[in-house]
Order: sequence, then C-alpha cells, then structure tokens
Amino acid sequence: MNTLKPDILWSLRREMVRIRKFEEKAGQMYGLRKIGGFCHLYNGQEAVAVGCIGAMDRTIDKVLTGYRDHGHALAAGLDPNSIMAELFGKITGVSRGKGGSMHLFDPAQGFLGGNGIVGAQIPVATGVAFAQKYKKTGGATAVFFGDGAIHQGAFHEALNLAKIWSLPAVFICENNQWGMGTNWKRVSAVDDFSLMASAYGVRGERVDGMDVLAVRDAAIRALTDARAGNPVLLEARTYRYKGHSMSDPQKYRTRDEVDEYRKQDPIYLLEQRMLAMGAWDESKAAVQDAEADEMVEAAVAFAEASPEPAAHTIYEDVYAGEPFFAGGLAHRKGALAWQ
Amino acid sequence: MAVMTYRDALNRALREEMARDQMVVLMGEEVAEYDGAYKVSRGLLDEYGPERVLDTPITELGFTGLGVGAALGGVRPVVEWMTHNFALLALDQVVNEAAKLRHMSGGRLSVPIVFRGPNGPAEYLSSQHSQALASYWTHVPGLKVVSPSNPADAYGLLKSAIRDDNPVVVLESEMLYGDKGNVPDEEALVPLGKAAIVRLGSDISIISFGRPVHYALEAALSLEKRGVSAEVVDLRSLRPLDEGTIMASVGKTGRAVVVDESWPAASVGAWVAHRVSVECFDSLDAPVEFVSSEDVPMPYNHALELAVQPSADKIVASALRALYLEE
Repeated sequence: MNTLKPDILWSLRREMVRIRKFEEKAGQMYGLRKIGGFCHLYNGQEAVAVGCIGAMDRTIDKVLTGYRDHGHALAAGLDPNSIMAELFGKITGVSRGKGGSMHLFDPAQGFLGGNGIVGAQIPVATGVAFAQKYKKTGGATAVFFGDGAIHQGAFHEALNLAKIWSLPAVFICENNQWGMGTNWKRVSAVDDFSLMASAYGVRGERVDGMDVLAVRDAAIRALTDARAGNPVLLEARTYRYKGHSMSDPQKYRTRDEVDEYRKQDPIYLLEQRMLAMGAWDESKAAVQDAEADEMVEAAVAFAEASPEPAAHTIYEDVYAGEPFFAGGLAHRKGALAWQ
Repeated sequence: MAVMTYRDALNRALREEMARDQMVVLMGEEVAEYDGAYKVSRGLLDEYGPERVLDTPITELGFTGLGVGAALGGVRPVVEWMTHNFALLALDQVVNEAAKLRHMSGGRLSVPIVFRGPNGPAEYLSSQHSQALASYWTHVPGLKVVSPSNPADAYGLLKSAIRDDNPVVVLESEMLYGDKGNVPDEEALVPLGKAAIVRLGSDISIISFGRPVHYALEAALSLEKRGVSAEVVDLRSLRPLDEGTIMASVGKTGRAVVVDESWPAASVGAWVAHRVSVECFDSLDAPVEFVSSEDVPMPYNHALELAVQPSADKIVASALRALYLEE
C-alpha cells in the first residue's frame, strides 16, 4: 500500500472528511428538527464505505446498504444537496421526499439504497449480482450491513445462493460492535464474522475497518475474486461514535470506550500514514476541509430553499404506468384538503 | 381454440414469454430438473437451459429477495413459490422490498417481477398447506394481484403479469391445475385489472375469484331452476380491482353475493362487499351477502375441510336470503 499515489490518498481523505462533516451537520439539523424520524449517523465508520466504494469501478459496479446510508451515498457520488434535501423531506431530495434518511437511492450512480429492514438488502444485492452475471454487464455488487444483520436468515440464505450460482457479490459486514444497544459478542456464536463464510465455501476476510488503506486493499482483493465468480465476505471491524440513531441515549457503553476508538479515528489514522509517507500537506488539508464545509453549508441552503412536495405527489411513484388506488381517488379528495 | 389444462396454459404462457424476451427467467424450488412440483414448468429446462430455469434451495426469503434484486438489475424474473403457504417466509421481500422500492426511491427504481404459485384450499393437507392467502398480497400498495379461475385466464393473465413493469402476484388455484378449458390458439393476453362477466343474469350478482367462481356458476344453475337469474362476475384481478364491472353488474341486479375462499376478516371479499355497499347503496334491494371460509384453520378430515369452505349450496342460501326467498 506504500505504493499508493498521493492523489489516491488525498482522495480517500477528501471522501472521509466530506462524510464526517456531512454527518455532523445532519446531526445539527436533526437537533433543529429540520430532519425527523430515524437518522443513523456514520461517524467513525467512514473508512469502510470510502475504502470499499473507492476501490470499485463506478461505471459498472453496484452498491447497496442498510439504513445507516449517508456515508455510502456520498462515497458513491450522490449529490450532497439532494441527500440533504431528502433528509429534510423536500421534493428535490434524491427520493422526492418519499424515502428520508434510510432510503437514499440513485441508480445513475449504481447506488440501489438505503434499506430499512435489517439484512433485507443482502438477498436483494445478491439478485443485483445475478443480473450482472446474467446480462454479462461485468462488474460486481457490494452490499453493506451490520453486525446485527449478519444473524438474519437473509444473510445466510444469500451467501449460499451467491456461492452456488457463482455470483459477483462482495458481502461487507460493518461490525461497529453495537447492534442498537446490544454488544455484538453477546449475540454471536463466533467472535470473528469472517468465519461464517466458511460454512458456505466462501472466502472470508477480516479487516481493520478504521484503516481505510487496509479496507481498500481487502476490497480490491474481494472485488477481483467476485468478478471471477467467487463471492467474498469481509468483516470490517469498526466503531460508531454516535448513538444507533438520534434518539439513542447510549447508556449501554461508556464514554471511555468511545474515546478509545476515537484515538483510532480513520481520518486521523490516514493522516498519520500520509505524514509518515511524506505525502502530508497542511495547507492542502485545510483546503479540503474548507471545501467540505462549503459543501455541507450549500447542501443545507439548498435543502432549506427547496419546496415541500405537493400533496398530489402522494399518488405518484407507487406504480409504473397508470396508477390506481383501492376505492379509487374520487372519494379520497379529503386526503388532499390540507394543502 | 385448443382444450388444455390450467397447468399447461400456465406452462404455455411461460414458454412463450421466455421465447419472446431473453430477460425472462424462472426460479424456484424444483422448477428445473423436477419439472416443477405441480409440473407447471414442465420441459422449460430442456428448452431454455439452466441459466434461465433455476432450481433454488429451499430458502423462500433468499430466492424471493434475489429475484427482487435481479429485477432491479433489469432481469424479468418469474419466482415460483411451491405454494403460497411457503411464501409467508418471503413476505418481507415482497411487502417491504418489491412493493416499496419504486416508492421509496421517488420512482427511480423499477421491480418488474412475477411471484406465482398455487394458493387456496387443497385436499387432506390440514392447516399449513391448505389456505387462501389473497388478502396478504391484495392489502399492499405497490403490488398487482391476479387470480385466474380458468385456463384461458391463467394463460392470458400470466403473460400480462410477465410484461408488466410492476411486481405482480399470481394466485393459481391448486385444485384447478388439472381442469381443462379452451385457450385461443393465437396469442391472447388478458389485461390486468379487468373483471369478466362469466354468466349473464338479471336478478342477483355473484362476485368471486379463483376456484370459487366454479361454485358460483354451479349455484347460478341451481338458482335458475328456482326461476332466479344470477349473473356471475369473475374478478380475475384483485389489485387493481375492476370496480366498474362490479358496480355495473350490481347496479343492474340490485343484489349481490360476494364469495371468497379466504377467512372473512380483512379479506378481499370483505373489501369488495364494503365497496358494493357504498357505491351501489341506491340500487341495492338487500344487504350485500358474503360467503367466506369459516374463521378456523383448515382441518384434515375431508368432510370437515369441505364444510369450512364456500360451496354452491352456501352461495345459493345466501342468494336466496338476498332475494328474500329464504326457505
């Protein structure tokens, strides 16, 4: 990894800083009640999305993830303005205000969500990989999920299917060590999730999820295998700094534990690496930071200025073709009366 | 016009659609080498090969979800559930994924997929293998749901379902697979969302779908002997529901019996009865009658399992009540 060109290192740093600052701002906006409902922040885990997605071929590869999806969406190249607008529930949001924080999508960027049911995206992603193989489009599909999701039947069923059909899928378990308020060790039969791959004849690998360069290396290996029809399971051991969602008082862990992981902060770790490699440049970092600040400020301004969705849009995006609704629309005009 | 079984009509629809569109694939338990648990996919493996006709492990959640993802990726999968009873394991992937991805993505994603398999009471199978689950799917916005009662509709509806860009659930009646009927020689699609008047009448409308349509026709014959002219409406599509055809029929006859082999509460039949009661209030001469299965799980004993289901006799009794001809 010492052979990495400085521009790649700077690019990785830029992506992680953008996510960190976006999430900090999203947290603030949640506090101001600009954002409602469930909002799961990605702070601390940036190296996983950035390391993996940065290693992908964005022209043909696909990405799916769970509900903690802002970081993956940004890393996949979604427009920050449209993401923030979606969090605000505005019509200019990536999902026209229908999806919110947990349901960001942009098929033009190969980003297929943003899924709110723990582990449900894993079989879906396996099917996306099936389509890549069937249509011979090349490319692979990466699916992210947490240490909670890995115990769902959906994960195990999907891994088996991916193996028997030789699908180009990379399964990335982001073990942030807390499934909501449950420590992963309390609910797992194994203390190394990469072992689970062996049950399905799949290669498993554990990687330090705080080290973006290690993640990137593992992702490159995994993608190479997957493209050859050998699905791979990666466990990225990481940590989330914030609560499970914004409403989490975090009584299940100590501040010391969080502080301990902050010492291994993925952005800090990369900067130390760059320093050691002689690739560090304080002024360049300052420019990156300022650009990320501008990005989030612009995103908030865009979201604030964007209009609310019109009431009639509730009847849009439900069906392809001619829409229809139980009982018809005629007697439901009252539903639109509020606007 | 050729006479063929309901099973072979479905098979023909699959065969033709797979020939027409390379993106159509069939996956499910036993669909390939075994030719299908109910032989609906007979011969398709030989014709289209293992890339397009895929035996899955017994993992309904997994392969249904895989189908949803394949549809996102531009494939047009037909997912066969060995029966709808087993599809309950896949409910999350249908309700939370297939039905909602277009909506949650603000219209950016499309899920062109068909979920199909046998539904409804069978024989001697007790409670877990013999139940009518139309309500589970029909409840959900984002899905389309069809329930053919004869070979021609099975053929035409399945073809339309495969060509539709929405997720479509096909409820095939397990007990109808061997039933024969006329199917046009030329390609004949049946549009989704269109009911059929399968018997014209003037005194009362019997509204049903799937297998109980046959009980309704039997009841109509029995009523005819009593001088009552019954019209029979076969819904064919449960979602979208063809309210125009239903209301026109009841508007004409002024009386209605709704028949659904599901349990009564929160069922398709209950919804149809409600809609008829509201929309045809001014033309109704009697309360809308509703014949469903009894509100119990299916018993194994044959006499008991027949007793819990709708029957021609039950429909006749309800019709006579609506006609104030109760004996």
